[in-house]
Amino acid sequence: MQSVDLSSSDLRSLNAALQAQAEQTNQTVWEVLNPRGAHAIAVGLDAPIEVTVNGSTGYYCAGMNKQATVTVKGSAGPGVAENMMSGTVIVEGDASQYAGATGRGGTLIIRGNASSRCGISMKGIDIVVGGNVGHMSAFMAQKGNLVVCGDAGDALGDSLYEARLFVRGSVKSLGADCVEKEMRPEHLHDLAALLEKAGLDHDPASFRRYGSARKLYNFNIDHAGDY
Amino acid sequence: MCGIVGIFTKTEALRPTLGQHLSDMLITMSDRGPDSAGIAVYGSDTPGMTKITVQADDPARLAALDLPGAEIRTISTHAVISMPDGKAAETLAKLRATPGLRIMGSGARIEIFKEVGLPADVSRHFALPAMSGTHGIGHTRMATESAVTTDGAHPFSTGPDQCLVHNGSLSNHNSVRRRLARDGVTVSSENDSEVAAAYLTHAMSSGRNLGQALESALKDLDGFFTFVVGTRDGFGVLRDPIACKPAVMAETADYVAFGSEYRALAPLPGIEHARIWEPEPAKVYFWEAA
Repeated sequence: MQSVDLSSSDLRSLNAALQAQAEQTNQTVWEVLNPRGAHAIAVGLDAPIEVTVNGSTGYYCAGMNKQATVTVKGSAGPGVAENMMSGTVIVEGDASQYAGATGRGGTLIIRGNASSRCGISMKGIDIVVGGNVGHMSAFMAQKGNLVVCGDAGDALGDSLYEARLFVRGSVKSLGADCVEKEMRPEHLHDLAALLEKAGLDHDPASFRRYGSARKLYNFNIDHAGDY
Repeated sequence: MCGIVGIFTKTEALRPTLGQHLSDMLITMSDRGPDSAGIAVYGSDTPGMTKITVQADDPARLAALDLPGAEIRTISTHAVISMPDGKAAETLAKLRATPGLRIMGSGARIEIFKEVGLPADVSRHFALPAMSGTHGIGHTRMATESAVTTDGAHPFSTGPDQCLVHNGSLSNHNSVRRRLARDGVTVSSENDSEVAAAYLTHAMSSGRNLGQALESALKDLDGFFTFVVGTRDGFGVLRDPIACKPAVMAETADYVAFGSEYRALAPLPGIEHARIWEPEPAKVYFWEAA
């Protein structure tokens, strides 16, 4: 295992070393010690490596991830796994605002709570949150799945496109054009797979599904007078 | 951006080293705001005595102060003047009338030091690591709403033993300023954050405690804000309902601490076992010494 201690090594050399790993690297397992909330740890990775960060991270940890599995053994600051393309990011603690924002693929698992704007503008990423999510989560979410095992805050799924939202607890309020939808067999099937991937044994049938009412997709001529 | 740090102690453990911890935390936040930095420390009080902190760009003005019966402790561009409570009003009036002096704050326990420059320099100029106290608040500023000057630096103190630091920008500060003026409260600078400080002072002077004043601020102040506020025995935190401005808190048996980022909390003793959370939007957090 490769070990990098951020109390004695600088962040740029850590990220340069991680980003230099090729598809066929032999250095597949990495450990980062003493992150102490540093920004942009393990960003821009593009190799099937495993990186474990032993502690809490600051802004943008594991941003733009491709292929790699990044585990944060602590809490993550704003923008964790932002714009992820593929791979897996696991946060053992809580995540701050806009976790998984704009993500196009891969899986983000947050074992604790995520704060506001979780999955904002997500475009294909799957996000599983063990606890609660804050207000404006999945705002303008276009594609992918957001699974919330706890409660969702205000304005869930505001201006939603085709992302699917699953919430086990309560929803404080739904955003514009977000509605509860029927849970069909294919949804239960996909949700079961996501829960299994996150190592959670909740019954998929205990969740409710929310999605777009698709009323904001087109300009409504009858509303022209409102502008 | 701006960076905020704060500690409120619940036991004696951190009090002798409060300044050192605040200094470490504030320096960690330097890249959130390099324009100016400041701290408010709540140290020991002497019953019957009031402290006034003043600043002068030219330290010769501090050396020239003639205040019979007052004790003057000069630190760099600031001086902490102690006098019996009965002389405080007269002394304040005299200091206000002295050219080249700025009143930073006054009260039984508060001392405020702020200057243009990086947190490390401000901390060194005022020997912050040597200070002790029950609670303290620090701020490093990236200016948006008014000029980079000592007057625009945080913390703002608009009432006895009160101070406020702010990350964000208020959009209705001019109308709040006019409303306060009608009630006889004047705000000395053009700064939006000072309006928030004066708003809270005004609310507390009409009998509300800090927690109640912060509740009413949610209704009356519009814009982006994370506030950390100190009173003689209290410490409060408030984020606006949108909560874009970052905030992390930590609590142990010995202290409550605030940081704009976890980086600021990382050097604190016992942080690995602390309860760490992100303060909720539009929720008043408020601690007061028993």
